[in-house]
Formats: sequence, structure tokens, C-alpha cells
Amino acid sequence: MKIAVCVKHVPEGHGRIDPGSKRLDRSGEGALNHFDANAVEEALRLKGEGEVVVVSIGPEKAADSLRKALAMGADRAVLVSDEALAGSDLVATSKVLAGALAREEADLVLFGQQAADADGAVLWAAVAERLRRPVVSQAAEVTVSGGTVRVKRQTEYGYDVIEAPLPAVVAVSDAINEPRYPSLKGIMGAKKKPFETLTLADTGVDAGDAGEAGSKTEVLALGDPPARGDSRKIEGDANAAQAIVDFLAEKRLV
Amino acid sequence: MSTLVFLEHHGGELQKGSLGVLAKAASLGDADAVLIGGGVTSLAAEAGSYGAKKVHVADDASLEPPLPQPRVDVIAKLAGDYDTVLFANSVLAADVAAGLAARLDAGLNWDLVDITADGVGKRPAIQDSVLVDVGWKSTPRIALFRAGSFDAKPAGGAEPEVVQAAVELQEHSGAAKIVDQQLEDASGPSIEDADIIVAGGRGLGAPENFTLAEELARALGGAVGATRAVVDAGWYPYSAQIGQTGKTVSPKLYVALGISGAIQHKVGMQSSNVILAINKDPNAPIFEFSDLGVVGDVHEIVPKLTELVKQRKS
Ligand SMILES: Cc1cc2nc3c(=O)[nH]c(=O)nc-3n(C[C@H](O)[C@H](O)[C@H](O)COP(=O)(O)OP(=O)(O)OC[C@H]3O[C@@H](n4cnc5c(N)ncnc54)[C@H](O)[C@@H]3O)c2cc1C
Ligand SMILES: Nc1ncnc2c1ncn2[C@@H]1O[C@H](COP(=O)(O)O)[C@@H](O)[C@H]1O
Repeated sequence: MKIAVCVKHVPEGHGRIDPGSKRLDRSGEGALNHFDANAVEEALRLKGEGEVVVVSIGPEKAADSLRKALAMGADRAVLVSDEALAGSDLVATSKVLAGALAREEADLVLFGQQAADADGAVLWAAVAERLRRPVVSQAAEVTVSGGTVRVKRQTEYGYDVIEAPLPAVVAVSDAINEPRYPSLKGIMGAKKKPFETLTLADTGVDAGDAGEAGSKTEVLALGDPPARGDSRKIEGDANAAQAIVDFLAEKRLV
Repeated sequence: MSTLVFLEHHGGELQKGSLGVLAKAASLGDADAVLIGGGVTSLAAEAGSYGAKKVHVADDASLEPPLPQPRVDVIAKLAGDYDTVLFANSVLAADVAAGLAARLDAGLNWDLVDITADGVGKRPAIQDSVLVDVGWKSTPRIALFRAGSFDAKPAGGAEPEVVQAAVELQEHSGAAKIVDQQLEDASGPSIEDADIIVAGGRGLGAPENFTLAEELARALGGAVGATRAVVDAGWYPYSAQIGQTGKTVSPKLYVALGISGAIQHKVGMQSSNVILAINKDPNAPIFEFSDLGVVGDVHEIVPKLTELVKQRKS
């Protein structure tokens, strides 16, 4: 089975919106979106004799995240990187990602639970719509047999078990597995694995349909959120338990 | 604004979240609703009291399973008559809204907590540290609202006009099938009424470590809650889950042990009176909305804390 995994390179630590461009500041260090490590792990578990290709849209630095996925065991990487992609929203990103995925013709396309910098948790549904494939999200368990993918997933009302014929799109929950750490051998081996960089044109999407030009949403202004009450942070040293009890007593909770 | 609101339903009842969004839309202009499912026509009338003038109903056996893609087919045919299409966030609604955005090439803004009559959405971002005004460059505008953004108070409107919506499914839309459902058993003790909740997350490290949460809860006289991560992993039952797809609670005291504080967890517990968090990562989002944050290891702190609480109470 051929599996494509969509992964994102996200800023590390606390995000920050640049007041000038009103975009997320991506100048600092980045890393593989940790929710996508679950999708890579699941692909490695499911692939059998097949192939796992990791696909990302992002700046050149996103190559680091793809290399981490290769070090975990993915076979091949595709990075779509193009100046014209800056500022892409859901409509634009889903077009470009669908274009990159269409070239791969994978049996199964996996997504992570959400991008840690955007918390959209929606991209898969837009991409599946463009690829005209069935989609199942929030997968807590995935099995594949005889051309059918079977997913157990949680909703507001309990658990559903959903089946869909391949080719299909599945987004996994962060509880589906424990992603492996790349081994030293994996890290060395990753350098020799096929790595393809695509331009926007390679995905078959016009520049006017990508980036800010192709986006249908915009950020208008940044403001302060409603103020919250007092918040205290303390170190968890030997006195922490006593400090907590004092706090609870002060609030009349013990 | 002329708005179409997606009405979600379960077990023969309209969901409060989507009725809240409907009431908000009706306060800003003309609001209609769309109701999709099998055997749902009789639910349409209730939408009138939340301000719907018209309810488009797609009632068909093929629409009974709560899957997103057939719903995109139905709504895409109606959306042309509206400048705005709104959803209350849910597992189903998120996938419908994003599928619709792609089908129509229309902008989707998510996690909104408010919207103005001239089409500006309010979105808390970066762990709610900034409130972003977002806009749309398309018609229709599509938006998903964070759980609990609006009260669902009936305003006593007139009976809505009920019109049949066309059901013409695309090939890929009908491909996924629900083959089994394990709905939550409503019986058994509920944590929604507890004054004190001690909730455990993946930071507890292993299912057996939930005893840390249980013993602290017992000492404080409270109930035990859990995150989706540990419920999905089978460490703790779904009935204890707090958050978007679990329970919404507002106890006097909420203790979060090894919980990162994801937005989907936060929406289920943020109205707790006092929030205490213990997490070893000083940058964990949970600290942004805790009254007392303790940066440390639950395995070291919690046993001592339980002991001190017991001593104090005896
Ligand atoms: C549609 C949707 C619906 C969802 N619904 C829900 C929902 O209803 N409820 C819910 O909870 N989530 C929900 N989620 C999932 C949510 O996004 C998070 O993935 C989840 O809440 C994370 O759970 P966690 O905090 O236990 O795990 P993690 O995010 O993995 O956090 C574990 C934390 O423990 C800390 N830690 C680790 N070891 C220790 C230690 N020894 N001592 C102290 N701290 C430690 C870590 O620093 C970390 O912050 C939903 C997601 C989606 C997309
Ligand atoms: N730029 C990107 N390139 C590739 N995949 C992405 C990108 N952004 C998001 N994804 C995938 O889509 C999932 C959901 O992202 P989002 O809807 O943005 O929260 C992520 O977990 C990734 O699997």
C-alpha cells in the first residue's frame, strides 16, 4: 500500500503574530508539528510492503521536518516551496496540497490531528473534497484490509466505527500511537532518501489561486483578549505541595 | 446579513450550540437554517423560536449517518442564496464546513467567538493570547464558532417556513459508511455536578497512574476527569472526558494533572471557579488560564499534596 502523510513545519514554542504582516512569525526555530508525528507513525505501522511518502507545503526550512519524518522511517519526501505560497489560507493551501497529492496517487492519505500553530483541524476535509475521496477524521484506531480502511473515532456522542473504500483520506487523533524517536541509523539514512522539491507550477495551481492572492480570508486587526483574573505560577520544588494547600485554604477549598 | 445556519441534531434533539449560533445570526439580520438527516422534519419547527424564518430540510435515509460529505452536497446547493454560512463547531460540523469551503472556494474562519453584522469575525489565537479580527474575501463567508460562544435562548419567533432541500449526492460523498456506533451510556454517576474535579492527562504517564488523580480526588471530595488523549488511548472511560467532545463542567475547583491545555479541552472547563494546574512544561498552554500553575512533576507533587490534604481534613 502506498501512503502519503501530510506534515507541517511549525514554529517551536510560543507562537507570535507579527504586527506588521499580521501573519504568524515564522522567523524562529521550527519543528515537525508533533501531531503529524502520530500520522507518520501510523503510516509506518500500516504500510506493509508499500511506501510512505511525506508531503509538506512550507518554506525551505520545512525540509528539516520532512527529514525528521524520513529519519523516523518514511521512504520519500516532497516539499512544495514557493514564494508565491506565503499567506495561504485553507482554500489556497488545500488546492496546492491536493495538487501535490494528485501526483502521488496514494491509496491512503493521512493527516495529523491539527497544526499546532493554527489549530484548524480542518484541512483534510477540504483536501478530500478536492481529491473527491472519502474522508474520516479524529481516528483513534485505523486498520486496512482488502481495499477498505476501518476507523474508530470519537464524536460528541461516543464512538463511531466508519469504513471507507480506498483511496481515502484519514486524519488521526494524537492518541492513536506513540511516535517513535528517530534512531541514529535512521537519521543517517534519511540523508540518502529521495527528496523532491516542487514549485507551485509543479502542483498545477495558478499563482493567483495560491498565497495571499488565492486566499479567501484575511486578518484585519489584532487586539487584546478579555483580561483574566490573577494568575500565579510557582516552581514545583519541595515546598510545592504545601504552597498548593495554602492556596486552596485561602480559596476555602480545603 | 443573510445567513444560513447548519443545525446539528442527535437523538431527536437539536443541539444547543447550533441553536445559539442561529439566535446570534437572527440578531444580525435574516437567518435561515438547514437541517439534514433521516426522519428529522419534525425537528424543524423548534428552529423558529431561535429566529429561523425558513428551514431547509433534507430528510432522507441516506443522510441518517452523521457523516460530513453528503451534507456538503446538500448545503452547496443552498449556499448561493446567502452571504454567510455559519456552523457551531463539532466533529461533524468542522468537516462539513471545510468541505464546503473547498467546494465553493469560499473562505472559512474557525474558532470564532463572535461576529459583527458587517462581517468581522472575532478569533482568539495563539493560546488565546491575542484576539484577532478576521474577514472574508468571498461570498459566502463560512465560519465555525467555538463551543459555548452564544447562549441558546428561545426568543419566541414564529413557526418557520419548511422547505424540502434537494438530495443529490456525489459519488465520493456516499463512499464512507458508519458500520458501528457505541453511544455513551447516559446512566452512571455524572461528573457534571461535582464541586471539585481532579482531571488527568497524558502527563500521568500510564493508565495505572490514574490512581494519583483518584486518590487526590478522594481526599478533596471530588470526581475524576480525563482528556481525550487518555480516553482515546483507553486509559480512562469516555464518561469522564472533559472538553469539546466530552463534558462541559464548571466546578468550584478544577485540578489539571499532566494536561497540556489544548483548546478543545479548555472549552469544557474554562468556566471553573478556580483552576489549579501541575505540569512539568513551563510553557504549557494550561498555565495561561490557571489561577495557580505549578511547574513540576505530578509523580513527585501529587502524592505529597494528597497526604497534606488528608492531614488537613482529619
Ligand atoms: C475535534 C477535536 C475534539 C477534541 N475534543 C477533546 C475533548 O473533548 N477533550 C480533550 O481533553 N481533548 C480533546 N481534543 C484533543 C486535544 O486537542 C488534545 O490533544 C488533548 O486534550 C491532549 O490531552 P493531554 O493534555 O492529556 O495530552 P498532551 O497534550 O500530550 O499533554 C500532556 C501534558 O503533560 C505534561 N507532562 C508530561 N509528563 C509530566 C509529568 N511527569 N508531570 C507533569 N506534567 C507532565 C506535558 O508537559 C504535557 O503538557 C480534541 C481534539 C479535536 C481535534
Ligand atoms: N502546510 C502544510 N503542509 C502539509 N500538511 C499540512 C500543512 N498544514 C497542515 N497540514 C496537515 O493538516 C493537518 C491539519 O492542519 P490544520 O487544519 O491546519 O490544523 C495537520 O496535522 C497536517 O497533517
